[in-house]
Amino acid sequence: MSASNTTTITSVGAPNRRNTELALLVFAVLIPVFAYANVGLAKNGSVPAGLLGYGVGLGLLAGVAHLLVRKFAPYSDPLMLPIATLLNGLGLVLIWRLDLEPLGPAMAPKQLMWSTVGVALFIVVLVFLKDHRILQRYTYISMVVALVLLVLPVFFPPVYGARIWVTLPGIGSLQPGEFAKIVITVFFAGYLMVKRDALALASRRVMGLYLPRGRDLGPILVIWAMSLLILIFETDLGTSLLFFGLFVIMLYVATERTSWIVFGLLLSSAGAVAVASSEPHVKVRVTNWLHPLATVNGDVTETAQSRYAFGSGGLFGSGLGQGYSRLIGGIAPKSDYILATVGEELGLAGVMAVLLLYGLLIERGIRTALAARDPFGKLLAIGLSGAFALQVFVVAGGVTGLIPLTGMTMPFMAQGGSSVIANWALVAILLRISDTARRPAPSPAPSPDAEATQVVRSQ
Amino acid sequence: MSELTLTVMRLGFLAVLWLFVIVAVQVIRSDLFGTRVTQRAGRRDAAARPPQQRQQAAQDRRGQQQPAQSSRQRRGAPTKLVVAEGSLAGTTVALQGQTITLGRAHDSTIVLDDDYASSRHARIYPDRDGQWIVEDLGSTNGTYLDRNRLTTPTPVPLGAPIRIGKTVIELRK
Repeated sequence: MSASNTTTITSVGAPNRRNTELALLVFAVLIPVFAYANVGLAKNGSVPAGLLGYGVGLGLLAGVAHLLVRKFAPYSDPLMLPIATLLNGLGLVLIWRLDLEPLGPAMAPKQLMWSTVGVALFIVVLVFLKDHRILQRYTYISMVVALVLLVLPVFFPPVYGARIWVTLPGIGSLQPGEFAKIVITVFFAGYLMVKRDALALASRRVMGLYLPRGRDLGPILVIWAMSLLILIFETDLGTSLLFFGLFVIMLYVATERTSWIVFGLLLSSAGAVAVASSEPHVKVRVTNWLHPLATVNGDVTETAQSRYAFGSGGLFGSGLGQGYSRLIGGIAPKSDYILATVGEELGLAGVMAVLLLYGLLIERGIRTALAARDPFGKLLAIGLSGAFALQVFVVAGGVTGLIPLTGMTMPFMAQGGSSVIANWALVAILLRISDTARRPAPSPAPSPDAEATQVVRSQ
Repeated sequence: MSELTLTVMRLGFLAVLWLFVIVAVQVIRSDLFGTRVTQRAGRRDAAARPPQQRQQAAQDRRGQQQPAQSSRQRRGAPTKLVVAEGSLAGTTVALQGQTITLGRAHDSTIVLDDDYASSRHARIYPDRDGQWIVEDLGSTNGTYLDRNRLTTPTPVPLGAPIRIGKTVIELRK
């Protein structure tokens, strides 16, 4: 905290905004229903038969979540739940829309099931996590859990070149990295809350930068080495970027030292360059990024195809159900490249709206961090929204060609069970923190002896 | 489906999507202007962290030291300590059987940012029956329970104001 921080930010009056949330939630359910009808009309010329069931299903999920928020987190942020519902609903429609193409097995029913599980976990977190400060007790346990979750996929065979999956017979495959994201944020928040003074104050000033002491550099080097190891052994660019970036963000927020950002960027670029020049899987991604129009085995790269999709979408898109994003070859038009479908069928206007929705969700998270009164809650909120933001940046940047493509999923929208479930849990924790942060201060009880020991106020 | 209908739906959908974004921003806007920034006066250590955060850290350290007593909670016993007035107004500390120290010292559970408080001003602790006791630790300006200046450790009834300088503390359920 800087020298100027002698203010307290509190909400005035603090209406609990639950009715606003309900109105937005109705809106957020109706938009995907509209999209669903639109796809059906465009593809088959008739309103799809499952419209009522789909709408009622989504509405039921949202309604149950809303009622429980009303009961268990009455002062929480009114925007997070509607935005998450809208993104999840749009994702379901887009996956269902891609299912109509001859692409392989239908994914939408499964995704609907995962969304239900996700909302269930959201409710469980909201009901059982009465106070986010409880998580602080498990600082080092969460470190161990996160490490286990990160290391676990090494023992399973790689899927599409990346070892980020754990295959459970009978249940399917899970991406433990998605859950590790939340768990490790808990660890970082607990750890940095204790160590922030040492990291912020014990430093030498060299050339305008505060250089931390060697022993304080230890943890950042350990995390850096860990993210490099993930990159090398699991060949997963996205997860390693996410973890290192998350740590640097939280370190900066905890200490207010710009030098950490400089160190972080230097270390991560050095690591990225070193790995990109040695690891074949990552090397291919980087080559595709630098030369998207080069032909590989007589075929254009997926990166180029996704850019064609964005290009043919233009400003207003081709309309839902009328695009050709199924032509994006390879593995994942429904997961990695779902944003390309948005770009083609809804155009630049649609992509911007979707990115703004993500931005609003992240803004609400950061706002929660600002309003939270305890440092652990602040760091946890900033960490969770930072992880969410990094993930959106990494995926959107990869699909649009800003950075090399990484195998991560667009939160809530992309097909993939672990991602949907983990992000619903993430939103639940953010709601819990915002409930604590926005709860009005208890009013002082009238004291019978106001003048007996009253201090004369001179100002 | 006619081309016209599809075009109307396409543009209509984008309009609806953007309408949602705009409504969401309106909600944020009403939130943005609904906050009050209060200046905390009289700070000696302006470069330090806000006092709530320090006391939070101290509280959690203490919470870890004495976890065994937390199960001994009676019915009708207070569950939290609330700062009702003063620069820390609104801060709550959960009562879990730990001793709560009040004062300007940095390792106090509640670090008072108050010119009239001593560095180790008072402490609040549960006795063997779980009754909460407030004890003045030889402070300069005294600790008041209701209107009486404390001379001996005194049981704290639920909701009775404990006044230290400009700060008023209460035990609540």
